[in-house]
This record gives sequence, C-alpha cells and structure tokens, in this order.
Amino acid sequence: MRTPEEPALRAGEPAGVRTAVVLDAPVLRAEPDGAYTRLVLRAPAAAASARPGQFAACSTGDSGMLLRRSFSIAAADAGAGTLEVVVAAAGAGTARIARLRAGDRLPVVAPLGRPFVLPPAGEGVVLVGGGYGSAPLAWLGRALRGRDGAVDLVVGAGDERRLLAHDVATAASGAPDAPVDRVHVATEDGSAGARGRVTDLLGPVLAAHGARHVLACGPMAMLRAVHDVATAAGAATQLATEESMACGVGVCMTCVLPVVGDDGRTRMLRACTDGPVFAGDRLRWDAIGAPSPQRPAGVGARVPVDAVGAPAATPAPVPGGGDAVPPGATAGQER
Amino acid sequence: MTAVGAGAQEHGPVGQGPVGQGPVEQGTVDMTVDLAGARLRGPVMTASGCAAAGRELDAFTDVAALGAVVTKSVMLAPRSGRPTPRMAETPAGMLNSIGLQGGGVDALVEQDLPWLAARGATAVVSVAGGDPDEFAEVARRVVTSPAADGVAALEVNISCPNVANRGLVFACDPGSSAAVLRAVRGAVGDEVVLLAKLSPDVTDLVAVARACLDAGASGLTAINTLLGVEVDVRTMRPRLAVTTGGLSGPAIRPVAVRCVWQLRAAMLAGLLPPAPVVGTGGVASGADALQLVLAGASAVQVGTAVFADPTTPGRVAAGLAAMLAERGFGALDEAVGHAHRP
Repeated sequence: MRTPEEPALRAGEPAGVRTAVVLDAPVLRAEPDGAYTRLVLRAPAAAASARPGQFAACSTGDSGMLLRRSFSIAAADAGAGTLEVVVAAAGAGTARIARLRAGDRLPVVAPLGRPFVLPPAGEGVVLVGGGYGSAPLAWLGRALRGRDGAVDLVVGAGDERRLLAHDVATAASGAPDAPVDRVHVATEDGSAGARGRVTDLLGPVLAAHGARHVLACGPMAMLRAVHDVATAAGAATQLATEESMACGVGVCMTCVLPVVGDDGRTRMLRACTDGPVFAGDRLRWDAIGAPSPQRPAGVGARVPVDAVGAPAATPAPVPGGGDAVPPGATAGQER
Repeated sequence: MTAVGAGAQEHGPVGQGPVGQGPVEQGTVDMTVDLAGARLRGPVMTASGCAAAGRELDAFTDVAALGAVVTKSVMLAPRSGRPTPRMAETPAGMLNSIGLQGGGVDALVEQDLPWLAARGATAVVSVAGGDPDEFAEVARRVVTSPAADGVAALEVNISCPNVANRGLVFACDPGSSAAVLRAVRGAVGDEVVLLAKLSPDVTDLVAVARACLDAGASGLTAINTLLGVEVDVRTMRPRLAVTTGGLSGPAIRPVAVRCVWQLRAAMLAGLLPPAPVVGTGGVASGADALQLVLAGASAVQVGTAVFADPTTPGRVAAGLAAMLAERGFGALDEAVGHAHRP
C-alpha cells in the first residue's frame, strides 16, 4: 500500500465520519493475546476504507453501561472483509466486549477519525507503542512496506503479559513479509526485552538509524515523553491520542484537546473527528496534563488562556442587573 | 446501550386510543406537529448539545427526515468550553461539563444554518447568553439572518449557566427566566416561536413555566440535565475537571416524564396557560418517546442516546409511529396527554 494522500477537506467537513458505517458485526474469532482479547470482526463495509490510526466505536451491549468504547483498529483486511480490535478489560463496558466469543455480534461504528499520514518514501520511520496502544503498529508497518527507508518498531509495557505478543512475534519473525525491519522491546519489570520504558529505547534507535519520523500510540504521558525524545533528536511526531469519548462521531465535544492550527491559534479540537492522530508539535503540551486545584496532574487538559474563545479572551458580559437568582444552584447544566 | 428502557411496558395488553378502535395501518398515522405555529414534519428532534449542528449526524441518520435538528446552544462570541475531563459515565447515564463550546452566532448563521437549509432539514436554534441582553442579541442575529427561513423556532436555553451571576442558572428563578424571555421576545417580534428550556432542578416548575409563558414564550421544553457530581474513589477527586456536570441519559427519563406530566396537569387545571410542551430526557426508543407524549409532550427530543448510537433519532421516530398505530391513534395529536384522561 502506498501513501494514501489525505484528500483536501472542505471547510468544516467532519473528517472522521466520511466513510464510517454502522454495523452489527459478527465476531469471527476471539483470541486471548497476553492480557488482552483480540477480536476479529466481519465488517466488509468498514474494512474497505479503514486505515491505521482510525478507530472503531463498539457497543457495550448488556453491560449496563450506556456509551460505546472506542478502540484503535488493529488491522483491516479489505479482501477478507475483516476488522480487528484489541480489547483491554478495564471496566464493566470493556469487560463485556472482552467476553465476546465467535458467533456473537458486536454493534460497531467504524472507521472513525483521521488516520496516520504515511511519511514520504525514503525516510526512516520509528513506530512506538505502549501496552495495547501498540495494536495498530504491525498493520501500520505493513502499510509502510515497499517504501525505501527502514521501519523500526519500539514496543513496551509494564510486563510481558501486557506486551502485544501477536504483533511482536510477527514483526520479529525476520520473514521477508515481516511488517518492520527491526523490533525493540522494553518492559518495566524486565520480563521481556530491555528493562525500562519505550522512551529509553527510542533515543538510541533514533540516534543509530537517523529516522525522521516517529508515529506513536499510547497513553498521553507516554506520547508526551515520546514527543520530547523525538523532538530532541530532530524527528517529527504523529501521535494517536486516547481521549475519553462519549460519541466518537463529533457531536458531543467531550474528547477535546488544545491544538495549534495553521493560523497559529489554539482551539479545543475534537480527538474523534480532528484526530485521534495529531502532529505532536501542534499539541499544547503546556496545557495537557497540567495540574489544577480540582484535578491531579496528568489528567485531562486545561483551556489555554490564548485559545480561541477562552474565558480570558471573552470578557464577561456586563451583568444585566436585577437578576434575582436564588442561591444553591451551581454551574453545570449545559452542553 | 440501544433501546434502553424499551421492553418492560410493551408487555401485557396494549391500551387503545381515544375511541377504542383497533390498530390502524402503520404509515397512516398523522405524525405532523404544530408547535404554536411552528409546523414540523414529525415529532422527533435532536436535543440541543447532542447533535452539534446536524452535519456529523447526517452520515448516520437522515436529518432532513427529522422533525427538527436542534442546534447546540450558541452564544454571541466563540467559546472554548471547559477544561477536560468533561464527561463521566454513570449508571444509565452520564455527566457532562462541556461549557457551551462553539463558534458563536455569526459562524452558525453563516455556515451551519445554510447547510441545514440546503440539506432540506428544519432547524430549531438553541440560544444562550450570559445575561438577557446577550440572549436577545443572539436571537436577533438568527432571525434577521438570510438563513432564518429554515428556522422553525428558537429554543431559549435558560437552563445553561448564568455567566453574569457566575455558577447560577436562569431557569432556577421565575424572575430571571422572565427577564430573559422578555428580552428575547422584544428582540425577535411577535411571530417567532420561542420555546423556553426548563431545568428540573427547581422547587416549583410550574411557577417558572408560568413566568416564561407570561414573558413571551410560545412553548416549553422539558427538561435540561440535572446537576450532579461523581467522585473518583481511586484518585479521591471529582471526575470532572470542573466538579459539577449535567446528568442525562435513561437515568433521568422518569424525571422528564414527571416534569412534562406536571406542566400538562397544570394546564388542564387552569394553573398554566395552554402551550405546547416538548419532552426530552432519556429518550432512546419509541416507547420512551410515547411515555412523554402520553404525559403531555407534543414533540420529543433525543439527546444522550445519540452518543451511544447515532442512528437513534430515526429509530425513535419509526418506533413511536408504529406504537401509535398499534394503539389505534390516527394522529399523534390525539395521543398528547392521553395518560391524563379521566
């Protein structure tokens, strides 16, 4: 597969829902993969257009939870008509999805979001993933095959069980059709590969091979560390973010991040339709994960004071006077 | 996740319509709606803040087939909204603290409303403000814009936070509610249909409703979200960045049905001028919508269920029409408030 050029978007067009379809997808296979469950779904209409970096919003069925769970698409095979997702059971909703078995059905909306933009041919690329965040990287590696330029895969997790075994095994097989040229593994407890984190390996890999592009998926703290290491080495980053989403299709405004636009101005953009893949140098790292009196560091993002429409940039209207409002109510009835 | 709430009340014998005739043929029920002069092709709309301005949703549900797309509440200037996390999932619902993020009224009338009109969709524009003057100016810009022809009504979101009195909500007080409605009515003239969107977080809903209708509202939308807080027991901090959020979803459906019921009952008792009520809160199925209609809603809005399944509005509309036919109603109108019959 060659670089699929992102077609020019019309102003205001919701990029992430252009080819999405609503499916009641049969589960063809449900396979344990270390600490995770890999689901192979029959979803030809979605598989035909899905690209690495896009995600699937999956129903939580009879779990008692209301909202869908969004997973990075781990693979799509247009010929076979299949989509794969890797599920980490965390709460009631994801646990319900992880319990699905072959023959069950899973309501899915996919593919959603903007994919990775494949770097120009001839330039080295490093793919970085943490835990189940590495799910799409072997697929992404295959999409990069046939370009001149080496592809390195750096994967890490807390321990071996949380390393995506499937991807590491196939990527490291050394076979002519292996999706990447080299694999580098780190676990925090040393149970597989080097003891440490992906960022401990990324610097040396970039130094050794001079790659210009780093494409990464994982939790925001890891993406920040990857971006810092890559930037110091002169490499550009594309980062697939994992924001909490209510809808996944661009209508709820839950999953926003502060992002710098082409005009140099910061806006709170939706990870679902404007992302989930963002250029790392466009994210406002000063506001992402910033602590606040009501929020521990590392969680969420504040609105930068220079963002379009930020409270400081929009003077509060002059009080109308005479508004007798009873005490007791507080802010929150809004959307 | 889909069709939450459907099922239980569909078992057992099905009651009959006003004249006790048998089921009517599906597709023959008159589903048109007249909301104080605003004519809609059907009773099912999106709820404000749950469909943006319709464009994203159109990939999943035919927005031109809906009664109306209610656009996300718009203020005068662009607005960045609140910090994140802005959402916390709760049993059968969710809290949100989006903070009315949006591009401002000029972007709405220049980009979103022309798109809806070209698409053949009917718009109801939800307007908000930090004080009565801002509400009035936002409303004036909508109704005087070239896109006004496609706008069936304005929904006045008095249940959003009151910026001038930081942290408070207009709809919690009859005087504040009336001040907003009076200002908007003054700005748009007599012909524009105005729906006042009410908060359930009040002691006397009917008193607020009466203040709105007396001050120029043509109808009422009930309800906005309920105020809530979730604490994360792991971090031992609130889950939302700004602590409080609005609770929505199937969890609040009985509250919505109660509020619509109270408004209808007050009208029947002569305690409130007769006016159309739009019911919203936890609607995810045709049965949910029918509950609100039977309690007194002339139309319904689908909100949070859209997040779980973007095809919900079309499914609710089809389900409601089928259930009315099954019960022998020849027209939606005949079912409005039917649960109050002696």
